[in-house]
Amino acid sequence: MTAFKTLSLAMFKGFIRDKVTLFFTFLFPLMFLIIFGLILRDVGADKTKIAVVGDGPVVSALRDSGVLELEPYNDADAAVRKVKDGDLPAALIVRGQQLDVRFAQSDQVKSATVLGIINGFVDKANLAATGQPPRFTFAAEKVEDASLKPIQYLTPGILSWGIAVSAVFGSALTLVSWRRKQVLRRIRLAPVSATSVLSSRLLVSAGVALVQGGVFVGVASLPVFGLKLSGQWWLAIPLLMLGTIAFFALGMLVGAFAKTEEAASAAANIVVLPMAFLSGTFFPVDQAPAWLQTVSKIFPLRHMNDGMLDVLVRGKGIEALAVPAAILTGFALVVGFLASRVFKWEE
Amino acid sequence: MTEERSAVVVRDVRKSYGELKAVDGVSFTVAEGEFFGILGPNGAGKTTTLEIIEGLREPDGGEVRLLGESPWPRNVKLLPRIGVQLQASSFFDKLTAKEQLQTFGSLYGVNSTRADEMLELVGLTDKANEQENKLSGGQRQRLSIACALMHDPDIVFLDEPTAALDPQARRNLWDVLRAIQKRGKTIVYTTHYLDEAEILCDRVAIMDNGRILALDPPAVLVRGLDAPTHVTLQKGVLSVVDATALEGVEEAHEDEVSLTISTRRPAPVLSALAERGALDGLQVRTATLEDVFLNLTGREYRA
Ligand SMILES: Nc1ncnc2c1ncn2[C@@H]1O[C@H](COP(=O)(O)OP(=O)(O)OP(=O)(O)O)[C@@H](O)[C@H]1O
Ligand SMILES: [Mg+2]
Repeated sequence: MTAFKTLSLAMFKGFIRDKVTLFFTFLFPLMFLIIFGLILRDVGADKTKIAVVGDGPVVSALRDSGVLELEPYNDADAAVRKVKDGDLPAALIVRGQQLDVRFAQSDQVKSATVLGIINGFVDKANLAATGQPPRFTFAAEKVEDASLKPIQYLTPGILSWGIAVSAVFGSALTLVSWRRKQVLRRIRLAPVSATSVLSSRLLVSAGVALVQGGVFVGVASLPVFGLKLSGQWWLAIPLLMLGTIAFFALGMLVGAFAKTEEAASAAANIVVLPMAFLSGTFFPVDQAPAWLQTVSKIFPLRHMNDGMLDVLVRGKGIEALAVPAAILTGFALVVGFLASRVFKWEE
Repeated sequence: MTEERSAVVVRDVRKSYGELKAVDGVSFTVAEGEFFGILGPNGAGKTTTLEIIEGLREPDGGEVRLLGESPWPRNVKLLPRIGVQLQASSFFDKLTAKEQLQTFGSLYGVNSTRADEMLELVGLTDKANEQENKLSGGQRQRLSIACALMHDPDIVFLDEPTAALDPQARRNLWDVLRAIQKRGKTIVYTTHYLDEAEILCDRVAIMDNGRILALDPPAVLVRGLDAPTHVTLQKGVLSVVDATALEGVEEAHEDEVSLTISTRRPAPVLSALAERGALDGLQVRTATLEDVFLNLTGREYRA
């Protein structure tokens, strides 16, 4: 037990003293989270903006509704120029009772939307002017749909990816460096099992994964990004542990074949990067073509991702962990077994 | 030297790498408490022999007994009793000297307070908190030896412990090794330094091309050689002709700076020289292990 404790401590020290590893474990995934978080922040929230010259009841009704964003101009020429330059889709020019709309031909969909909206408001104003009650009534209300705000799927995705990367690299590079520097041979001469040495490294990886989870979720919850965790978010912790074990095993397998640290990190990248892209780290997989969704199901990261998404932001309960947990456990057992078969003490 | 009292017994051990016979029928015995040296040039098979005894490599043939047991396959019972310093030093990443010792100690269940003692022993107390990759080659070497001694093993295997050490550090290490031997430990070590082996070892095995060419206490090897003693004088003190005429001189020759006389009976030669007052620049060089090596292999020894 003391051997396990001292070894874990030694490996923890080795980990936090390695600047490069720290960068790739924490800052690098965080950079992705921040960049994507900022880029995608306003997606779906932006309104169409049009130029407006003059004022009147229709314009104020439009402004109050907030359906369109109105940019006021003093003269019609300046407003029309904005449309010609392609900066705005349309200009609304009001001269008393007369409303003219000049619209860009290039974006027909947008123009049609704008024309439809303005037309609606003009009709309403005309109806109001007649003093008649409307024969048909119409009401609209917003619904929260299942499609998520970007930060809600980015955080679980990047968290799973970050954990996978640090577990795979952590175990593969440790193994290769120990073999190259003959630490493994030296350990072999001591009355401890390789398993206890490796599990102390696994413990460090697990601790690191917890910290990663805390940091990523913490940053994503900042008001700029606005992540909202769902009720049973703590179910992510067992998932995080299982993911660490599964990807640690994968790293052991990579490390068994690689001769140098460079080869190990290249191999780990080849394994992890495509898996990350196809597993929904950076975009939700349910928007991908059907065949790709099927392909992505072979990756353990995809299932870890799904599980994270379900418990962190979709508000699902423990039943959502069943499939991911089973797959990650199975993966860890199979890959871990293979890794122990091909394990080499020396070059 | 009975077998029961033997720390190491090696019988006709062989190991080949492809065509190359790295170890080609080596046999020897190391008694408990003995300081045993294996000497030889690069590629002689020293490391291979040592690692077969330690149980790190499997021999192709022959038998090894370490403290009465077979070291191959990995024999966990033996491991706490042997301490090994590998030829290439092996350390954990990013740990300080002291942390390395504590970590290796923990593999054997040794209390980490012993680390300070060990640092003191190899003279690295002031480097305790330095990371291993910031130590000099010699300091790393000493740390590696300290790591091998952390768990107070009965037999210590050191593969070229004095390589890369400065003369002062080498001498300090000799003291350390002697102290270990005094405590009843057995030491098996390899070296390139013949002079060092002559001073330290109870017995040495001279190896070349995977075979042991000679195995005896250094003094016996040198005496058995029956090599002449070389007496060197400053040039001009005595002519070559006069020198050759002295009693007991076998041969004399001169170069730009000195006159060298070869003799097997140095006593009468030296007294004759003293009588003539011809002792300027006197140096007497008796045969060493280097001459033994030259004699055995027909090759000059290149360390
Ligand atoms: N793992 C290996 N694979 C192939 N050849 C090897 C291996 N280990 C050693 N050899 C070869 O066996 C021979 C003996 O090597 P060994 O390391 O035992 O020599 P050594 O006496 O320790 O030399 P040095 O003084 O350079 O350390 C060398 O020719 C070496 O090339
Ligand atoms: Mg060697």
